[in-house]
Amino acid sequence: MDPNLYTTTRAVDPIFMLIFGISLVLLMGITATMVGFVIRYRRSRAPEPTSQVASNIWLEIVWTALPTIIVMGMFYYGWAGYLTLRNVPKDALEVTATARMWSWSFAYANGKTSPKLYVPVGKPVLVHLVSEDVIHGFYVPAFRVKRDVVPGMKNHVWFVADKPGSSDLFCSVYCGLGHSAMVSTVEAVPEAEFQSWLSHVEGEEKQGEGRELLEKNGCLGCHSLDGSRKVGPTFKGIWGRNVTVVTGGVERTITVDEAYVKRSIREPAADVVKGYPSVMPPYPALSDKDIEEIVDFFKELK
Amino acid sequence: MKPTDQTPPPAASFWNDTGRSGITAWLFSTDHKRIGLLYFFSVFGFFLVGVVLGLLLRIELMAPGRTIMGPQTYNALFTVHGVVMVFLFIIPGFQGSFGNLIMPIQIGARDVAFPRLNLFSWWLYMGGAAIILTSLFTGGGPPDTGWTFYLPFSSRTGTNVSLAVFGVFIVGFSSIATGVNFVTTIHRLRAEGMTWGRLPLFVWSLYATAWVQILATPILGITLVLIIAERLLGTGLFDPSRGGDPLMYQHLFWIYSHPAVYIMILPAMGVISDIIPVFARKPIFGYKMIAFSSLAIAAAGSLVWGHHMFTSGMSDTAILVFSFLTFVVAIPSAIKVFNWVSTLYRGSISLEAPMLFSLSFILLFSIGGLTGLIQGAAATDIHVHDTQFVVGHFHYVIFGGSGFAFFAAMHYWLPKFYGRRYAEKPAIIAWALMFVGFNILYFSMIVLGLEGMPRRYYDYLPEFAPLNLLSTIGSWILAAGLVLLLVNLFRGLRSGERVGSNPWGGATLEWSIPTPPPTENFEEEPVVSHGPYDFRGAGIP
Ligand code: HEM
Ligand SMILES: [Cu+2]
Ligand SMILES: [Cu+2]
Repeated sequence: MDPNLYTTTRAVDPIFMLIFGISLVLLMGITATMVGFVIRYRRSRAPEPTSQVASNIWLEIVWTALPTIIVMGMFYYGWAGYLTLRNVPKDALEVTATARMWSWSFAYANGKTSPKLYVPVGKPVLVHLVSEDVIHGFYVPAFRVKRDVVPGMKNHVWFVADKPGSSDLFCSVYCGLGHSAMVSTVEAVPEAEFQSWLSHVEGEEKQGEGRELLEKNGCLGCHSLDGSRKVGPTFKGIWGRNVTVVTGGVERTITVDEAYVKRSIREPAADVVKGYPSVMPPYPALSDKDIEEIVDFFKELK
Repeated sequence: MKPTDQTPPPAASFWNDTGRSGITAWLFSTDHKRIGLLYFFSVFGFFLVGVVLGLLLRIELMAPGRTIMGPQTYNALFTVHGVVMVFLFIIPGFQGSFGNLIMPIQIGARDVAFPRLNLFSWWLYMGGAAIILTSLFTGGGPPDTGWTFYLPFSSRTGTNVSLAVFGVFIVGFSSIATGVNFVTTIHRLRAEGMTWGRLPLFVWSLYATAWVQILATPILGITLVLIIAERLLGTGLFDPSRGGDPLMYQHLFWIYSHPAVYIMILPAMGVISDIIPVFARKPIFGYKMIAFSSLAIAAAGSLVWGHHMFTSGMSDTAILVFSFLTFVVAIPSAIKVFNWVSTLYRGSISLEAPMLFSLSFILLFSIGGLTGLIQGAAATDIHVHDTQFVVGHFHYVIFGGSGFAFFAAMHYWLPKFYGRRYAEKPAIIAWALMFVGFNILYFSMIVLGLEGMPRRYYDYLPEFAPLNLLSTIGSWILAAGLVLLLVNLFRGLRSGERVGSNPWGGATLEWSIPTPPPTENFEEEPVVSHGPYDFRGAGIP
């Protein structure tokens, strides 16, 4: 950890402290005065009001001027801190984050993609934000950064990790059913480790191409591999399973085979598994060959 | 609704209004007091519906994972909760109920300027509400977009968004009609001697609010029509793949919905400004500043909508300007708080239920306002935007602020119309439970947001579990207090102790007429000779 590194967190936190500090003083002051007056002038102790003063121009001037000065100070520091969040360091590593309902995918300059955002410690990272459908939000609380991911718009965000570790990455803009499940992590690793991860070209440590396709296309945002229920049914044990689907309002039972998998990917709304919402988007970009790979993977996933 | 007793209220009371009989005497009455009560029971009914939905949301969030409902249900519930609370409770709430009940009497008028338009407003409101309710049970089911209906999501979802939006559209017309009615009434129907400088501050706040309703609501109407066009005709105005712009929707939405926040809070400030002097037996401190700051808030508040969009990708120049203006609007609110507190100085303070709710308004509203500073400052807003922090913040403002002021008004003014009052002790216990429960419920959310938990989250990571549980427990304490409040208040109004014409020792005009008020309010045209908080001038001991 480098204590001198100017991170987004270190730019923003003092402003939190400043505003919270002043607010706390004001709140305590207001509360203490109010409670004090109530105790001192309660009717059992002060049966009659001892003043009928209804205004005081000097007091009004003072308590107009004071808050004005205070809030202008807050405005200034808030703006200055915001500029830090906008001024991207020159040497930043560029990554493109693609958001879709409801998963994240991060693409690096060499073409590598990953569902988690790997970054080198100590090096600023510039994240370009792309949405494939509705508005999402890129939010990493640990770095105090957030930016909406708006379809058709070029947004970006930057941050730098000052120590190795994993931080939560959330979708902050409501985007439907799987919004709260649209969670990933930022994995900060030492530079050397990052380089070797990055150059680890896809397919070398093969878990099977099918699985990679599922990851890359965000399928795993809604379907688990371990049997747990997410937005959609789990893939575990899917091959040959008998499922009840609703086709055009009518229930029927079918056995999962290649034709069913293909139809579910191309026309997800045609057969909807009973008990699940019809929310999956079609994936026309997956070729027949891709689907074969996925089917091969399913056959193994017991 | 009606107070029950062997001895009926005086024959002249608006309860025995003749003409129509039975329920039609209410549904088609043009008397502002009857319309006020119609509004009161409608908005309060919707408030209770919203509370039940809010409690269900909290139960779901009690523990990570599925607790009592699935994600689709959760998303629909927070949407309906938000729509009901905003459009059916708090926006029409003060104007419709206490505005109608009190304002004409406070300015010495027999009724509002356009009594039939007033009745029509209520019908429009109920019609819109009925459409919104229908949308929940028909078509693709309750909308799941959040109360903000952001595009492009709201044009894609299969739920019944169009019908719900149409209902809100209709409710908007009701709001505009009330605004026009109140502005006209306050200009034209003030009694002799009721100068602008003698208007009760509640009336001043209604006046400022009415202008916001007239000027801002049409923009909401257009925006809602555009959502429907986008869904039904596929106009693509907000769809980038067809040359549209999703951010334009957000601008349009907040150009109305930020000023709408002042429709929610200004009348509440007016209520507080009327109650505190009475229970401190002192004139309000800084009458002119409070009246003027209402107008200043209403005017400047229409220029700050962009503070809802600091993370959206809007230009940095826009963020600079909107952040600056947001801090400017904070100043008049601070001035009001200082004035209320100073009113207590050297008074003779009685802590009865309306006063307790009013004083806790000051605290809760201050917390809401101070957390607002974090959101006004560009750097810090980035972290807390769209998190539970915001949810905590706006509940402090509209529930701790407007909501508590609404409870204060219920205890303060309803006895005037029923001729009977609630029991004091249970009212204080109810207040205490609600105050404690409220802070546990929403302060936990503020902290959760700082820790990074986003809003509109059906599920969350385990690290957020303890505070979520605490928050849910707070919601139960709050609910217990609310039940006690309701039972005590309504039982009291039916069969509690009788009250005279001026139970609290107020100096505004509503306390100078019989309880319950006669149909025409004043037997003869009043001539006003003293200010609204001039207790000596009004001859109050
Ligand atoms: C017992 C009372 C209440 C409880 C327990 C409660 C609880 C909640 C909760 C848990 C959320 C959703 C948080 C999330 O998932 O993002 C929420 C949202 C909201 N609440 Fe409440 N609330 C209550 C009263 C109120 C009142 C009185 C108002 C306004 C007058 C209000 C207005 C809203 C609004 C506008 C939203 C945002 C909905 C959206 O995100 O679209 N609530 N409330
Ligand atoms: Cu999302
Ligand atoms: Cu706003």
